[in-house]
Amino acid sequence: MIDFIRMLGRWGLGTLERLGRATLLLVQIITGIPELMMRFSLVVQQLFYVGVLSVLIILVSGLFVGMVLGLQGYNTLVDFGAEESLGVLVSLSLVRELGPVVSALLFAGRAGSALTAEVGLMKSTEQLSGMEMMAVDPVRRIIAPRFLAGVISMPLLAAMFSAVGILGAFLVGHGLLGVDDGAFWSQMQAKTDWYEDILNGVIKSIVFGFVVTWIALFEGYDAVPTSEGVGRSTTRTVVHSAFAILGLDFVLTALMFGE
Amino acid sequence: MTPLIKIRDLHFYRGENVIFNGVDVDIYRGKVTAIMGPSGTGKTTLLKLIGGQLKPQRGSIVVDGEDVHKLSRKALYALRKRMGMLFQSGALLTDINVFENVAFPLYEHTDLPESMIRDLVLMKLQAVGLRNARNMMPAELSGGMARRVALARAMALDPMMIMYDEPFTGQDPISMGTLVNLIRRVNDAMGLTSIVVSHDVAETAQIADDIYLLSGGKVIDQGTPEQLQKSGSDWVEQFMQGLPDGPVPFHYPGTEFADDLLAGEEYR
Repeated sequence: MIDFIRMLGRWGLGTLERLGRATLLLVQIITGIPELMMRFSLVVQQLFYVGVLSVLIILVSGLFVGMVLGLQGYNTLVDFGAEESLGVLVSLSLVRELGPVVSALLFAGRAGSALTAEVGLMKSTEQLSGMEMMAVDPVRRIIAPRFLAGVISMPLLAAMFSAVGILGAFLVGHGLLGVDDGAFWSQMQAKTDWYEDILNGVIKSIVFGFVVTWIALFEGYDAVPTSEGVGRSTTRTVVHSAFAILGLDFVLTALMFGE
Repeated sequence: MTPLIKIRDLHFYRGENVIFNGVDVDIYRGKVTAIMGPSGTGKTTLLKLIGGQLKPQRGSIVVDGEDVHKLSRKALYALRKRMGMLFQSGALLTDINVFENVAFPLYEHTDLPESMIRDLVLMKLQAVGLRNARNMMPAELSGGMARRVALARAMALDPMMIMYDEPFTGQDPISMGTLVNLIRRVNDAMGLTSIVVSHDVAETAQIADDIYLLSGGKVIDQGTPEQLQKSGSDWVEQFMQGLPDGPVPFHYPGTEFADDLLAGEEYR
């Protein structure tokens, strides 16, 4: 029993300590951002690695999620003779929930894990120490541009996910199941609100981008500099990001739509 | 003559582990000073302390008149621009090629025009004999070549001193000889001060002006290579001549062999 309490205490203290270190890193990153604006090319380069290279997986997944949503939605709606509302169902599900959440989960798996592994390996091969000794701050030179690129990429990727998803649902709904295309688009247009739905979705994806990139970079920067340590950190990035996304999604949804 | 680096009463612990327990070291300008000692005596830690990457619990390290651990972040970074460090692995940035690695500190710290950076990089690479390898990626280099590129990079900003962390470990005789020569030549040609951390006695003794022997958190002995070879101490003799047994025992300390054998099966 005593051992259990001791273990719990150690775990709690360890977690708090890590949270503190993560916050310190975040503060360092944010104070480095104004300087980064002078050298925006560093961010552009990372936008390619973090954002552009994630586009394919986002588009393909978005298309399939949209197609499945179209099929499932039609089957339910047709019982009530409401199959023409398919457009609304699909657009609201995607823009409010699935777009930000699923694309953030994919982003954590594709870009987050890559960031952790890259930074962790840079640490274990002494590249970060080497930079420090060349009087180059690794947080400003390596971490901050990646952070900014992650925060910028995420809402754009989520938007692509939702757009392609709606297109997928349209292909299935109109092309395969014969839903009227006029009704599909006009109902969607009438019922999807710019602030209530789209803007809230964008806010969600910015928050997810912030948190996932922060977790990924902290895990890499804080990794135990061995191959096992980097492996563990990469796993933690994906697991913690998934928890953070789903937990925050609930909180944000409750705040935005809870009333 | 005042030393470039003055280390006084240095104490450094890692948890319960005592790494340094009152170390005094003077490193003079223009000389190659070797820090030697068995593995695990904290030689690399000493370089990190000098570079301000670690903070000692007690004592001071003064580099060129500035107390490293009392400097502001900005002043520390300014001081580091005048220090070069060569890591054991080379620590080259793996996503850019040799040329860009050497140019990295120049791009980061100067506003020099492209053509001048090119000339400077080629000069540094020429000095280490790798001008024609400038388009190779770090992964394509052998260990010795990577260290030479790292040396060119450490020289890029024309520092006042270069610290070498185990430069000879795991090198074949040819690249070992190349590195030994380079360290001495670069030191004398550029008017540098060099600190070489190593446990390769023969190679280090060839080029060092001064040697400090560290063990158990203290300086055991200090002097020119000749002085140390003639030192009366058993420990120094064992280390300098690489004898398997002596004051540092061959057997890891613990129970006696005979006691273990007689203890029976229940004690493993």
